[in-house]
Amino acid sequence: MKLDTNSNLYTFIYASVLVIAVAAALAFTAVKLKPLQDKNVRVEKMQNILKSIGVNTTPDNAEQLYNKYVTDAYAVNSKGEKLEGVNAFDVNLKLQFKAEPDKRVLPVYEAKNDKGETKIIIPLRGKGLWGPIWGYFALNDDYNTIYGAVFDHKGETPGLGAEIATEKFQKQFKGKTLFDGDKFVSITVYKGGKGSALKAGDTKHGVDAISGGTITSKGLEAMVKDDWLFAYKAFLEKNKK
Amino acid sequence: MGKNIKLLTDPLNLNNPITVQILGICSALAVTVKLMPAVVMSISVITVLTFANVIISLLRNTIPSRIRIIVQLVVIAALVIIVDQILKAYVYDISKQLSVFVGLIITNCILMGRLEAFALGNKPFPAFLDGLGNGAGYALILIIVSAIREFFGSGSLAGFKIIPQGFYDFGYSDNGLIILPPMALIIVGVIIWVQRSRTRELIEN
Repeated sequence: MKLDTNSNLYTFIYASVLVIAVAAALAFTAVKLKPLQDKNVRVEKMQNILKSIGVNTTPDNAEQLYNKYVTDAYAVNSKGEKLEGVNAFDVNLKLQFKAEPDKRVLPVYEAKNDKGETKIIIPLRGKGLWGPIWGYFALNDDYNTIYGAVFDHKGETPGLGAEIATEKFQKQFKGKTLFDGDKFVSITVYKGGKGSALKAGDTKHGVDAISGGTITSKGLEAMVKDDWLFAYKAFLEKNKK
Repeated sequence: MGKNIKLLTDPLNLNNPITVQILGICSALAVTVKLMPAVVMSISVITVLTFANVIISLLRNTIPSRIRIIVQLVVIAALVIIVDQILKAYVYDISKQLSVFVGLIITNCILMGRLEAFALGNKPFPAFLDGLGNGAGYALILIIVSAIREFFGSGSLAGFKIIPQGFYDFGYSDNGLIILPPMALIIVGVIIWVQRSRTRELIEN
């Protein structure tokens, strides 16, 4: 008997079988490869943390160097109190970003660089134009001066917003301070091309935005202010020297 | 047998998907700044196209004609997602550089074009060769364009510095313009020009 491949019943059955077969194949691949992919994400996170204190790594030696330089990792709440029993490295920042600021679990890393200076590393999380942006501030042990900054993004526009991930943009943050006297002001991003922060007279807390990347730059400013970093205010104030 | 070999070699020149059929241009512009991502992208497209061609060719007598486009898309999409997952697991750096473009292989016109025009009407082995040939034709152009762009744009090939430091000391500098997408289009245009002026069959009246 020849099957009528154009009958409705055949079409329905064919589509169902095809979809189930494909779904099974995809689920199988995803489950099999998940551990490897997770490891890549962890390694990348370690590389970013180390980059903020000026240590360059390759994916192969990241874990080893991370264990060497990072001396402590813990989480605090918005009142600056240390939380017990939290694995800081595995805190999901995406979920914390969505939570109310006073309910957030905020990871903090402590590291010692080659000169033996202690650096405090604060992870950052925010919104860019097309998707999430994130990064790390490494602070000197005065909990105020920025020693290094690293930013990365999921899918900002190449050549424009994506420039936040470049050395050129990030090195502007070095030496800037989060506090003005006792007031927590964080960093302001100034629009208008190179030298705008200087023109505005804000050499201590200002950096130049990325031309053509205004929304990403504004997202980044919100990240180091109300959206995210302000939740760390109490913690920083408590330890500030 | 000669016919089968033609299936493999035609897309490299006379029937090249990019320069003659003008398909798959978008990704050819986007991922050709550096050689390595272009190579990985090429391998991904060859893999997806070959497998999709064979699978559709095997199924060709069973596919209900009313939903054949959907069936083709499901097959392509599944293969692309599998390739994307494998890249994320094994070559994470490059998969980050390629970002959305691996996913966009799904919409690459070369794939649907070959499935609809060839795989639906031919046996698996010719379909396999056709997939391989068209994938290779796409890869060939991608690799030529990316090699030119990386050499003149960054002074390197596959990440290795080719232009010696001495040149830079004498005031040579990399051409930033060639990194930008419009230059890829112009390079593809030049390749089409060279190819047409050398190949009589392609010259229209």
